Amino acid sequence: MSVVTNEHPAHHPFLQHHFEDLGQQHEASTLGMWMFLATEILFFGGVLCAYWVYRILYPEAWSLGAEQQNKLFGGLNTIVLIISSLTMALAVRNAQLGKRKSTVAMLFATLVFGSTFLTIKSIEYWQHFHEGLFPGVNFTWNEVPALAPKVQLFMTFYWGMTGLHALHMVIGAGLLLWMMARAWRGDFGPEYYGPVEIMGLYWHFVDIVWIFLFPFLYLIPGVHHV
Amino acid sequence: MSSVTLNDVRFVEPEGARNYITHDYGALSWLLTKDHKRIAILYLFSITALFMLGGFFAVVMRIELLTPEGDLLTSDTYNKFFTLHGIVMIFFFLIPSIPAVLGNFLLPLMLGAKDLAFPKINLLSWYLYIIAAVMGLYIIITGGVDTGWTFYTPFSTQYSNTHVFGVTFAAFIVGFSSILTGLNFLVTIHRMRAPGLTWFRLPLFVWAMYATSIVQLLATPVLAITLVMLMFERVVHVGIFDPALGGDPLLFQHMFWFYSHPAVYIMILPAMGVASEVVAAFTRKKIFGYSFVAYSSLAIAFLGFLVWAHHMFVAGISVYSAMIFSFLSYFVAVPSAIKVFNWTATLYRGSVALMTPMLYILGFIGLFTIGGVTGLFLAAIGLDVHVTDTYFVVAHFHYIMVGGAVMAYMAGLHYWWPKITGRMYPEWWARLAALLIFSGFNLTFFPQFILGYLGMPRRYHAYAPEFQVLNVMSTAGASVLAVGYALPLIYFIWSLWYGRPAGPNPWGAVGLEWTTSSPPPMENFHETPVVTWDAYDYPAMLKAMGETQNV
Amino acid sequence: MSEEHAPHIHVTPMWIYIAVFLALAAGTLLTWWVSTQEFGMWNTPIALIIATIKAVLVILFFMHVIHSTRLTWVVIIASFLWLGVLFVLTFADYLTRMWKIY
Repeated sequence: MSVVTNEHPAHHPFLQHHFEDLGQQHEASTLGMWMFLATEILFFGGVLCAYWVYRILYPEAWSLGAEQQNKLFGGLNTIVLIISSLTMALAVRNAQLGKRKSTVAMLFATLVFGSTFLTIKSIEYWQHFHEGLFPGVNFTWNEVPALAPKVQLFMTFYWGMTGLHALHMVIGAGLLLWMMARAWRGDFGPEYYGPVEIMGLYWHFVDIVWIFLFPFLYLIPGVHHV
Repeated sequence: MSSVTLNDVRFVEPEGARNYITHDYGALSWLLTKDHKRIAILYLFSITALFMLGGFFAVVMRIELLTPEGDLLTSDTYNKFFTLHGIVMIFFFLIPSIPAVLGNFLLPLMLGAKDLAFPKINLLSWYLYIIAAVMGLYIIITGGVDTGWTFYTPFSTQYSNTHVFGVTFAAFIVGFSSILTGLNFLVTIHRMRAPGLTWFRLPLFVWAMYATSIVQLLATPVLAITLVMLMFERVVHVGIFDPALGGDPLLFQHMFWFYSHPAVYIMILPAMGVASEVVAAFTRKKIFGYSFVAYSSLAIAFLGFLVWAHHMFVAGISVYSAMIFSFLSYFVAVPSAIKVFNWTATLYRGSVALMTPMLYILGFIGLFTIGGVTGLFLAAIGLDVHVTDTYFVVAHFHYIMVGGAVMAYMAGLHYWWPKITGRMYPEWWARLAALLIFSGFNLTFFPQFILGYLGMPRRYHAYAPEFQVLNVMSTAGASVLAVGYALPLIYFIWSLWYGRPAGPNPWGAVGLEWTTSSPPPMENFHETPVVTWDAYDYPAMLKAMGETQNV
Repeated sequence: MSEEHAPHIHVTPMWIYIAVFLALAAGTLLTWWVSTQEFGMWNTPIALIIATIKAVLVILFFMHVIHSTRLTWVVIIASFLWLGVLFVLTFADYLTRMWKIY
């Protein structure tokens, strides 16, 4: 008979009923997260395209804008985020190995480093705001008055892109808390670690965005305007 | 061809068995459902309501255009009407329609699955749609928007005094509804096909939904970020798109059309999928050139991304890039033409039954062809300079979107109505409605080709007096069209109580969805099917049906 | 009757994670150093290349793509390809606007 019955014996508590087995569920959720990351690539990619159009059109203003950035903070944040990526990867590894406490520890470490990033970012934002570098009516930058509107445009991209990135990190931090709670509860092990893995995929993606934002916003070569 | 139909085979379905409609009662069981079939019904209601809203704007515009003077509406109000007509029809009707209603309902059934890959995300998709729709309604009531659905800058960012921010935010939200639907479909098709259901045994509707979902997934995020930049610019006025401040309005247009051109393929690919299903069912033949039709869906999805600046030929892009985009625009017509040839070849020597779905699809094939060919006119830069922003363009896209996509949506609703509701609609009333829609449509929009060619611009509430006769014809056609659309609304509702009960397969069609009861049970199939037959393989399917019925 | 199959599991050895991390950190320092030097028109491409290598390392090893299905590879490559279309065709306009029309 060419049919397969729908009855399962007692199954894993986290197996959703519309999937045949945990393997299918894992593959589906991983693929789903990759599809979502594809949309994020196009989302961030879109604003990067706009950024690059104006960078080609206004190279001086762009390099002047980058000069306003705090490269130390930017570089430090890059390292912090890379460390958090490492701890995230280790968290996934621990979940795969069923090491409950180590999983929680690494998720927590990721959260700590992520929060460090956001703290440093907030300090940068605060500094920029008080220097008058937020676009809009309060924008003040008069080193080269003729280029001021275009430097303001650069700052728009700076605030916009890092802001979007920071928003994704805040959401990621919330998700990390949720994962920590689930890991603490003992949900994860070799046969079910999907949620931690897809959390990791999201987190690494956010790291990759920053890997590009750092040189784009902080390290633009000088096109010196005397 | 044998006279045995699947109606001769009795399902072992106990009387009064629970299906997805009777499974649970109460509003919450629908509003918090995770069942793809119920979510499809939720969408059906919402989309129908929004179609009527979009239609209302069109009706008022057509009444205004009865006379050359702008005497019914002020020009500002008229601007709001064509803007809202476009926004509602595109974002809230056409883009979701076939995927969210028919795709949601049918995809798991056609794949032999119990549900989509992510049922909760499916429900979230609907809620995002509703939230966006409510926002949109609020904006309409409190003054609307007058920028055109294309939101061109700097008018939309700097000069318009209407709710641009609100409506772009609503469009942003409904975009995520679309993205999540596409994501769900892609994962489902990749990972949840029944045993034995290989790619080339899939119904062509599934191929079409797959291609559509790729476009939804990859194009919509670019619209999302473009709208974010628009909203930022609207509030902060730094000049992202404002030439007075160093911005480039064409950058907005590039990014907007990067989504909005592929968006038209989101609207037409599912329609083509329905066409393949209906042509196969009502000629009782496998679609001629099945793999060509399948591949052409993918080709359209890819090529559709390469042509967007043909909407910008006169906007100020460089002549060289215009030439590139014109050249590429000719390519994208080829896979569509391949489909039309293959459907026609299927019809040849098929056992053609002129039931209502088939009538709609025959109309679809003809009208889509006209619309598509006029697209080639527009792809020629020299000709486009003459007819751009005239009624020629309006006629072109209405032929494809209404004569094409909406008629295919009607075909699909009629074809799968028995499966969704367990009832037959009244065939003769349905045929009448189809005829009214076809004739009303042509009377409405064919004159607009002529008007455009003669020079009547679009988006104007007044026009030169010599254009009046054609405009009156167009409005007359619109009133016929309105009657044509009203009829199905009435008889579909009527059929829920008085329609003839449909068995599992009233059309005698081949497809997994026809092997389960009408309406289907909550879990779709009592036993997961194991597929051993090809797509549209009528003889083999009948044998397999006979086997499983003897359980 | 249905066979339960658990997710395919591949545990990456610790040393690979550490090695990738060190490479990423080194890449960051290198990027910084390059930005302080005058390489003329090469500054930007070099920064892009280093950033791309870092991203690829994260993708292959931290995101386990090196052990992932072909479908995963297709999704990733397709996304960047589509993004490439956006960039290339948009810049086809901007970079040719000043060309003379003969």
